[in-house]
Amino acid sequence: MNTIPLTHILFVSTALFFIGMYGLFTRRNIITMLMSIELILNSVNINFIAFNKYLHPANLDGVFFTIFIIAIAAAEAAVAIAIIINLYRNHKSIDIEDAAEMKY
Amino acid sequence: MTDFFILMKQELIIMVIIFILLAIKIGRYRSNEWLLDMVNLLLLVNFAAGFFFNKEGMLFNDMFRTTSLIVLEKNILSLGILIISLQSYSWLKNHKHVLEFYILLLSTLLGMFFMISSGNLLMFYLGLELSTIPLAAAANFDLQKKKSSEAAMKLIISSAFSSGLLLFGISLIYGTTGTLTFTGITTHITHDPLQLFAFILLLAGFAFKISVVPFHLWTADVYEGSPVAVTSYLSVISKGAVLFVFVSVLYTVFKPISDSWYNMLFLLSVLTIIIGNLFAIRQTNIKRFLAFSSIAQVGFILVGITGTSQLGTTSVIYFVLIYLFSNLAAFGVVSLVSAATGKEDINDYKNFYQTNPVLSWVLAIGLFSLAGVPPTAGFFGKFFLLMSGAGQGNYFLITIAALNMVISFYYYLRIVKAIFMDANDHPIEKLAIPGFPKIALYMCVAGIVLTGLVSYLYDHIHSLTQVADTVPFIGK
Repeated sequence: MNTIPLTHILFVSTALFFIGMYGLFTRRNIITMLMSIELILNSVNINFIAFNKYLHPANLDGVFFTIFIIAIAAAEAAVAIAIIINLYRNHKSIDIEDAAEMKY
Repeated sequence: MTDFFILMKQELIIMVIIFILLAIKIGRYRSNEWLLDMVNLLLLVNFAAGFFFNKEGMLFNDMFRTTSLIVLEKNILSLGILIISLQSYSWLKNHKHVLEFYILLLSTLLGMFFMISSGNLLMFYLGLELSTIPLAAAANFDLQKKKSSEAAMKLIISSAFSSGLLLFGISLIYGTTGTLTFTGITTHITHDPLQLFAFILLLAGFAFKISVVPFHLWTADVYEGSPVAVTSYLSVISKGAVLFVFVSVLYTVFKPISDSWYNMLFLLSVLTIIIGNLFAIRQTNIKRFLAFSSIAQVGFILVGITGTSQLGTTSVIYFVLIYLFSNLAAFGVVSLVSAATGKEDINDYKNFYQTNPVLSWVLAIGLFSLAGVPPTAGFFGKFFLLMSGAGQGNYFLITIAALNMVISFYYYLRIVKAIFMDANDHPIEKLAIPGFPKIALYMCVAGIVLTGLVSYLYDHIHSLTQVADTVPFIGK
């Protein structure tokens, strides 16, 4: 059976990483920015799994790391969304351009 | 089994304190004064307990390790959180959620302890996240203030992004070396381009947390918007903890590629000092001003780190201790003024001396120490940092750092001038200083004077770093 080469998977994960980065820098809606950060974290997850399966199958370091990243990303999203809700109550908007009380 | 309790002593104490606070929270109603007394007592116990029953060793297959140096670093952080807690008394006295605030701060402290003790990138990452996520919630603690929620949003987005960069770096390091332990990485790391790329991502993650210049943009906004207690915590404790880890990771894990990271640090430190200084000159809000001054201070610390020697580790830890006292002296006064009057503008501080002579002197001594005027400890701290940097023979870097020290005198002394000399028809009225903040301020002033003059402290840190340098990983 033909297996997918490692480089293909790394290409996908790197593309995902930079798509996330692009989204974070261009989107103005805070929820979408949070989604972009999730993309970055998921690209890291793909990296870990691929490296573990293809290069270092002897132990499961990469898989464990992935599980921890998923858990922490959930915690981070929970806190971030709580903060965004509070921001919405204060600013009546979740557009990042409107949250400009402080500059320079 | 007893090993487990002794080696993880400091972490276990923090956990016990968190559980005690939770138990108090679900118990019957207590007044804020009672709660604050209780919390400060517990933090004092935590600080004192750090000095007893110390042992070196490692746990969980080298995931967690402790040396005398690490114990000392944790004690410095415990001292810092005690001083901050004493200082924020007047702000928290009228706050509805005292215990939640302490639970958040102590969880971040627990994260920092795990991060400092980590011997594995997984443990390091978990500690780092535990030390940043609750901090964002704490930055939002003035729930009704627009600025506070904006600061928290900026902190959580930028720290999530920086940990994303860090994780991508870690994943590439895992791919190229096949291991996550620090010892394993040291033996496998080379100048392979992919590994250097991974290292740069890792460095970017660190640089975000200690606000080194290209990654510093969140600092001023978050410092200005957060409550003063959280600002001082961010600028002293969380920065100090990441610096401790940064030094040990660079000096032990990435020692084989030290010639590569030397050039990166050289560039970053020059940028950080210059931009931190230039932006500090034009600030009018005192918290923003202290934010940029702390960026510039980190630049000086990076000069010390470029030394790549035992002196580097010693001078960084010594400077963080001094920086803790000096910055907390300044923030202590700012938090008292801000809690009583809500004024945070530098112009409001004009003629502060006329109404509040004691606070003026504390603020002035703190600023002198931050600037590095000789009798205060700040001078010795910066002197050792520059000496460590000079060990590499790069006198261009030292010249830039020394010139920037002169520039920094201008903006620190500008505030001292405003306090003592400028005329003002409506100076800040005379403030009553409650007992706890007063103790904290005296501790800071004593620390500023004594850390510089008592050479035992420096020698003690130096003797500990010697051990850490020759035997980087005990048990191996």
